[in-house]
Amino acid sequence: MSLLRRLGEKSWETPGAEAYREPDSYRPAAATVGVYVYFGVATVIFTLIAAAYLARMGLPAAMEHGAGADWRAMPEPPLLWINSGILVLSSLAWEAARRLARRGEIGRMQAATLAGGGLGLLFLAGQLLLWWHYQTAGYFLSANPANAFFYLLTALHGLHLAGGIAAGVRALGQPGDAGRAARNVRLCAVYWHYLLLVWVLLAGLLVMT
Amino acid sequence: MATTIADDLTPMHHPRTWVGKYVWSQDHKVIAIQYSVTAIAIGLVALVLSVLMRLQLGFPGVFPWIQPENYLQYVSMHGMIMVVYLLTALLLGGFGNYMIPLMIGARDMVFPFVNMLSYWVYLLSVLVLVAGFFVPGGPTGAGWTLYPPQAISEGTPGSQWGIVTMLVSLAIFIVAFTMGGLNYVTTVLQARTRGMTLMRMPLTVWGIFIASIMGLLAFPALFVAAIMMLLDHVAGASFFMPSMMSMGQATDTLGGSPILFQHLFWFFGHPEVYIVALPAFGIVSDLISVHARKNIFGYRMMVWAIVIIGGLSFIVWAHHMYVSGMNPYFGFFFATSTLIIAIPTAIKVYNWLLTLWRGDIHLRVPMLFALAFLFTFIHGGLSGLFLGNVSVDVPLSDTFFVVGHFHMVMGVSPILVIFGAIYHWYPKIAGRMWNQALAQVHFWVTFLGVYAIYLPMHYLGVLGVPRRYYALGETSFIPESAHLANQAISIAAIVVFAAQFLFFYNMIWSLFRGPKAGPNPWGAASLEWQTPDTPPRHGNWGAKLPTVYRWAYDYSVPHAPRDFIPQDEPHPKDTAP
Ligand code: HEM
Ligand SMILES: [Cu+2]
Repeated sequence: MSLLRRLGEKSWETPGAEAYREPDSYRPAAATVGVYVYFGVATVIFTLIAAAYLARMGLPAAMEHGAGADWRAMPEPPLLWINSGILVLSSLAWEAARRLARRGEIGRMQAATLAGGGLGLLFLAGQLLLWWHYQTAGYFLSANPANAFFYLLTALHGLHLAGGIAAGVRALGQPGDAGRAARNVRLCAVYWHYLLLVWVLLAGLLVMT
Repeated sequence: MATTIADDLTPMHHPRTWVGKYVWSQDHKVIAIQYSVTAIAIGLVALVLSVLMRLQLGFPGVFPWIQPENYLQYVSMHGMIMVVYLLTALLLGGFGNYMIPLMIGARDMVFPFVNMLSYWVYLLSVLVLVAGFFVPGGPTGAGWTLYPPQAISEGTPGSQWGIVTMLVSLAIFIVAFTMGGLNYVTTVLQARTRGMTLMRMPLTVWGIFIASIMGLLAFPALFVAAIMMLLDHVAGASFFMPSMMSMGQATDTLGGSPILFQHLFWFFGHPEVYIVALPAFGIVSDLISVHARKNIFGYRMMVWAIVIIGGLSFIVWAHHMYVSGMNPYFGFFFATSTLIIAIPTAIKVYNWLLTLWRGDIHLRVPMLFALAFLFTFIHGGLSGLFLGNVSVDVPLSDTFFVVGHFHMVMGVSPILVIFGAIYHWYPKIAGRMWNQALAQVHFWVTFLGVYAIYLPMHYLGVLGVPRRYYALGETSFIPESAHLANQAISIAAIVVFAAQFLFFYNMIWSLFRGPKAGPNPWGAASLEWQTPDTPPRHGNWGAKLPTVYRWAYDYSVPHAPRDFIPQDEPHPKDTAP
């Protein structure tokens, strides 16, 4: 039933529930819906920061003191690209796990989830290394608004990924029926793809400006 | 821990110990009560702060321990606590938690563990907030809007520590709210019982549902703003801090934009008004329908209006920033969108009135509060139309006219609904009735009292009395009568404050001594009144989930044996072969 038709229902005259199927039979699992609703929240967070980034970047530099323009974009070391590559691989591993789960190949699916989670951790380690790299090169958070935005965005993205890893460990560590495990793997995969998309857009924003 | 899938019984896990049942509980009803008690407790702090403010404003100089910086701290904490920690938490965390599963025929929220976590994280945010009163320098005095640069610049009360506890507490609150909000939204979407179509849900659920979605999309703006200001304050970033002179010295901040903060804040702040208002709208619709024994007029329009108001309220935020200056075309756009919201809102008001029209009105206490809401809400809505116009807003901005307006529309109105709702549902929650005489006294003192408080404020505002001022001093354009009005307002505020103890006394008295309520004392049709036990037990519905055959508003149906038909009663058509 389309949403508009459902919102147009004349509920005061519909005959009775016998016309309706058992809700379990057609609704997606609650966890699935929960994750998609959360995407809405995360999208607002990242969009707002990106909008603030663009707005702040366009502001004229301070007038009275501080030499010249106050916005200086950060350099892009190779590590940025390496980390991005790792995240892509991680997402691919989750995608493989998702497909294996659908085909019921549980053993290989578990290997793929381990690879996906492990690569996720590696990405986080790489991001920390990137931070350290910037720190030693003098790109402190307080030195420039571009830096501050960079740290803020990578921190929030990293937290989301860490949360994903924690949720994945919790969901897959629980013994349960195979159907549930497959659903959890699918959700993890979707979540990873979402975070990859966010990262691509963020990295694009950082590189383009 | 067993995960509960709300639409079946098997994995349900009943805790045995007292701690499992009442402290680390995953039962939505217990969590709702925990949320409500915490919200009311912190709300009382905000109420006491408002009395302190009124003491100062009514009788300046009489209380030497209220210094200007204290006054600013009272204003700020009062505003923030009332809006976020009381109203949002009570309407969504409290009523949302209690009502959603019962009204849609679910056993619990879909993620009970996350729900429990949500409460404890909320409690943490309240504790951090309260800690603000005890840090060196006291809580922040930046106003509930926390505008930078003043919020984190020297000279503002609490600019060292108080602002940090405030921002951290807000960030924690938002995490808690997000966990709760995901639950409310997903539960409404996923756990409705058989036959409970979206359009058969009571309007209470619709209001809470849309408000939760709005909260999920609006609070991130405050979250982002809070984190960015924290970074400005403790890590030397300059998101919001321009280069400026402070105390005669140039600060080392550079180029940040205070306006950016205002945009983020109001992108949250305006929807927040409706996050508080929509649940109240929903609840009031149900109270009016039940106690007027009539189906709600224009149910579908009521639902659509809730949805449309929810959507529109995301594109009006800059009407709070007229005086910050903006491109005139923007001003025109935001003034227009603001006025457009008045249309669905007015539809709701007319529908309430038409529901009452020729109804079989029972003036019980919940109904009295619902009617009182109509008065204060219409009143506050009308003064809002004035303020929505740029040219009228500019002279009235930051005066007591604004204080009178927003207290009417978003302070008093939701509070009246909350009182009505508690009087209405308490018999289900505790299984007992209240003392009606005391409740009537509480109603009349509160209702007339708030008019005595807020009506004169509009007049003060037109005179030009500014808001957030510790004292008026010798100001030539403010006549003697303004001081008199201020005294009268303060006395009314103290009387209203005192009257609230009648409410709490009555609540506690009824919990132990009140007459037994029975399962459905008001003869209401919606599902929460049809539970097998009163108060409902863990799992709500006994062995079998109810099936819903009709909407929640079958009152005074011709030829029906009673003047209401419960939602789970089959149509003759359904049972006949
Ligand atoms: C008996 C109840 C109340 C009284 C007597 C009261 C009184 C006041 C007073 C005197 C002010 C400060 C005015 C100024 O100097 O600018 C104020 C501000 C405020 N109040 Fe209330 N209030 C009450 C209830 C509420 C409620 C229920 C809300 C919930 C929305 C609320 C929200 C606010 C807000 C948002 C501010 C503005 C704070 C600021 O300027 O930063 N108040 N109130
Ligand atoms: Cu607004």
